Amino acid sequence: MTMSAFFIIAVLLLGFLIVFQIAKASEYVAVLKGEKKTFEQNNRINGFLLLAFLILGLIGVYWCNSLLKPKILGEAASDHGQKIDSMLYITLAITGIVFVLTQVLLFWFAFKYQYKENRTAFYFPHNNKLELIWTVIPAITLTILVGFGLYYWFKITGDAPKDAMVVEVTGKQFAWIYRYPGKDNTFGKKYYKNINEAQSNQLGLLWDDPATHDDIVETEALYLVKGQPVKLVINSRDVVHDVGLSHFRMKMDAVPGTPTTMWFTPLYTTEEMKQKTNNPNFEYEISCDQMCGKGHYSMKGIIKVVSQSDFILWRAKQKANYVQAFPEKDPSAAPAPAADSTKSKKPATDSAATAKN
Amino acid sequence: MSNEAILHGSEVSTHEAHHDGHGEHHHHETFISKYVFSMDHKMIAKQFLITGIIWAILGGLMSVLFRLQLGFPDATFPWLESILGHWAKGGKIQPEFYYALVTMHGTVLVFFVLTAGLSGTFANFLIPLQIGARDMASPFMNMLSYWFFFISSVVMISSLFIQTGPASGGWTSYPPLSALGDASLGSKTGMDLWLIAMALFVVSSLLGGLNYISTILNLRTKGMGMTRLPLTIWALFFTAVLGVLSFPVLLSGFILLLFDRHAGTSFYLSDIFLASTQKALPNEGGSAILYQHLFWFLGHPEVYIILLPAMGMVSEVMSTNARKPIFGYMAMVGSIFAITILAFLVWAHHMFVTGLNPFLGSFFVLLTLLIAVPSAIKVFNWLTTLWRGNIRFTPAMLFAIGFVSLFISGGLTGIWLGNSSLDIHLHDTYFVIAHFHIVMGVASFFGMFCGVYHWFPKMYGRYLNNTMGYIHFWITIVGAYLIFWPMHYEGLAGMPRRYLDYSGWASFNQFGGLNHFISIVSIIVFAVQLLFVFNFFYSIFKGRRVKTENPWGSNTLEWTTPIHPGHGNWVGEIPEVHRWAYDYGKDGREFIPQTEPISANESEHH
Repeated sequence: MTMSAFFIIAVLLLGFLIVFQIAKASEYVAVLKGEKKTFEQNNRINGFLLLAFLILGLIGVYWCNSLLKPKILGEAASDHGQKIDSMLYITLAITGIVFVLTQVLLFWFAFKYQYKENRTAFYFPHNNKLELIWTVIPAITLTILVGFGLYYWFKITGDAPKDAMVVEVTGKQFAWIYRYPGKDNTFGKKYYKNINEAQSNQLGLLWDDPATHDDIVETEALYLVKGQPVKLVINSRDVVHDVGLSHFRMKMDAVPGTPTTMWFTPLYTTEEMKQKTNNPNFEYEISCDQMCGKGHYSMKGIIKVVSQSDFILWRAKQKANYVQAFPEKDPSAAPAPAADSTKSKKPATDSAATAKN
Repeated sequence: MSNEAILHGSEVSTHEAHHDGHGEHHHHETFISKYVFSMDHKMIAKQFLITGIIWAILGGLMSVLFRLQLGFPDATFPWLESILGHWAKGGKIQPEFYYALVTMHGTVLVFFVLTAGLSGTFANFLIPLQIGARDMASPFMNMLSYWFFFISSVVMISSLFIQTGPASGGWTSYPPLSALGDASLGSKTGMDLWLIAMALFVVSSLLGGLNYISTILNLRTKGMGMTRLPLTIWALFFTAVLGVLSFPVLLSGFILLLFDRHAGTSFYLSDIFLASTQKALPNEGGSAILYQHLFWFLGHPEVYIILLPAMGMVSEVMSTNARKPIFGYMAMVGSIFAITILAFLVWAHHMFVTGLNPFLGSFFVLLTLLIAVPSAIKVFNWLTTLWRGNIRFTPAMLFAIGFVSLFISGGLTGIWLGNSSLDIHLHDTYFVIAHFHIVMGVASFFGMFCGVYHWFPKMYGRYLNNTMGYIHFWITIVGAYLIFWPMHYEGLAGMPRRYLDYSGWASFNQFGGLNHFISIVSIIVFAVQLLFVFNFFYSIFKGRRVKTENPWGSNTLEWTTPIHPGHGNWVGEIPEVHRWAYDYGKDGREFIPQTEPISANESEHH
């Protein structure tokens, strides 16, 4: 053990000893002073402390808010996120009022009605009218909250628009895999027993299905288009994960064997967010929000929100997974326009490198 | 008379059980029959309490260890390596061990401390004493209940010492992670031990719960109608009902999990390829979500199993020390009843983001937010109980007031999380941690402390030291708010739970200073709990002696027993009850015990 550990333990023990001695002494003093007098004194002190706790506590709540509010994520970066934020403010307003009201009453009553020798407690066992009031008012308030909540809930979980881009996201211990349907706009079939990482088939795509041949499988980043709704089809390859998108305020579990979906519309490109947040290192991050094993805390994905034209450029550069698995079948490697073949060389070597990994 | 018969019957069985286990002791009231295999509900209560305290120290210590990692992610603590070996290689807590710590912290505090330690202690102690019975309906089952809990504890502790470590998939142990040893180290033998310990725990809880229910229904003394029961008893009754109806469902979930682990079944498993072995598993067609339904069908009632006894004790202590009847007794009973019913109908609010049908989810939103109505009734009734009282701030009373404050703070954030649209953003973030630690963890602890300070004189015939009690209360309430209040902000930023290091995240690394602060406060608060533990054990032997039967001027029956009640509680006849438990401040009298007949010129009311 280090010196500092010894030091801390020594300080703790000393603290204990002092507290114990004081506590013991106070019992003797109580006997000397008389129990009644000691009780009255303690009662006054604790009554005062309860009031002080209320006042300092409310100041503390305000102070904590001003200190930490700038550190939460700022404006929501998706349309659904904006709805969730408005729901949040409605709920905050209502619960905030109830919080202050009830805490003030609690500590104020405790302070005000503390023991006084000449006070007699008021025998007040029940009052139907009062009880009716505080059954009905919370019920109405909660109805309002349920109403707003479900209104937003059905907007957010409703069907994605027809023109939404569809991307498949698959979680594995401890990374994310993204699949785009390619030019045919159809995801090819897959079966988990076909997964073979050594042969560049991370998702178990069935090569017999021609629809798989143009599917793009990507692990570096999920590219989305600003202003275009995106529907994520979420899968897991092993245990339960969760696609957590804090800036978009969205979240959905990835469950092996049971695909889930969520959709939203990104409102700002990554570049725009860098300026908005004054943070040149800003990235949209996917955090795994469901305990998934020892690497859970590091299971990060990156989302790049780009403009439509940048997205088209990016997609044009991507090799289909089929081509990565069977480099000899690369149509661009076969006799083709010269410009194309030089372009395709670099991604081809890239994919060879990832296959080796 | 029936009580006598039961007591007599129990003594016969004492002898038999005794005979089987320990052939060499043939005489009664040996050390073993009095302190170890005791059938006196009061002794069993103390066994639950002390075992609970030991578990609480362990569970708290685990949180201190993982708070060290969270607060000081870059520091190394070489002394950790000397204690923990390869779990803290180079003085840094390893990820596997971090997850084992959070898993065991949750399991221990939820089940072993706040269920067994809280219900086990106070249901055992207070039910016979407050309803006027000589013991439980079945003292033998009651003893078994403790010893199953004890064996369960031994199994759970043993899992800490095995090579692959204890379970580490979170206290909820969701499969497939918990089903596959190749997916996580803690899902090897540690998980089996966890499941066995939990199964034994369920047995203990059922034996206890059935006993509590039958005792309350059948062994009330003459005149003790159900509407004259103290609210503690009502709360403990509904707690037992919740446990009896929901723990078996949890057990079924665990059994299916054991089958998936060892018998090759596919209840929870489907479409799995493990990167660690590069193999696809044969299981197809199972649903990982099925487990979550079975788990939360207990898991949600469980939070009320933890909370209701605290509510009951707070009501009792608050009324006694405000010297005023509890306001709205029937409304209090009704709201506990409503909470009990609703507790079974809200479990899927833990699963809003699992892909649950959104239409189905909307019903769970409605039912979840409905719970806020009985909760609000309870809060307003407590506030009105304080209003125009003549309040004595005993340590127990302070903890009761603290409970209400925490219940309000944590309850209101439940309205956030229960609303599915907000839950999308807040689910599995620090907001959830803050919410349930305040409303279920700290609040229930406050209920427990309230009970311990209040009934300690009845348990041991001595008082706890007041000054240490006040220090304990003030540091704990201030510390609890300092720890958990700022966590709401981390949650609003979307910061996920169960991460041991946030420095690699652009979205969450802004809270380093805050995590540092929280860790320091939690160490201080933990140290103060040790002060309480010291006070507890010291006062058992050296505390100020109780000199009167009824030190708090209380109405309930336990204070009519001798200062040191023997097995059987009352010398001579069990007293008869003539009124409800809350005639404080009536007709100018400070308190009127339940045993006092209603006089001719007494004003109307109960």
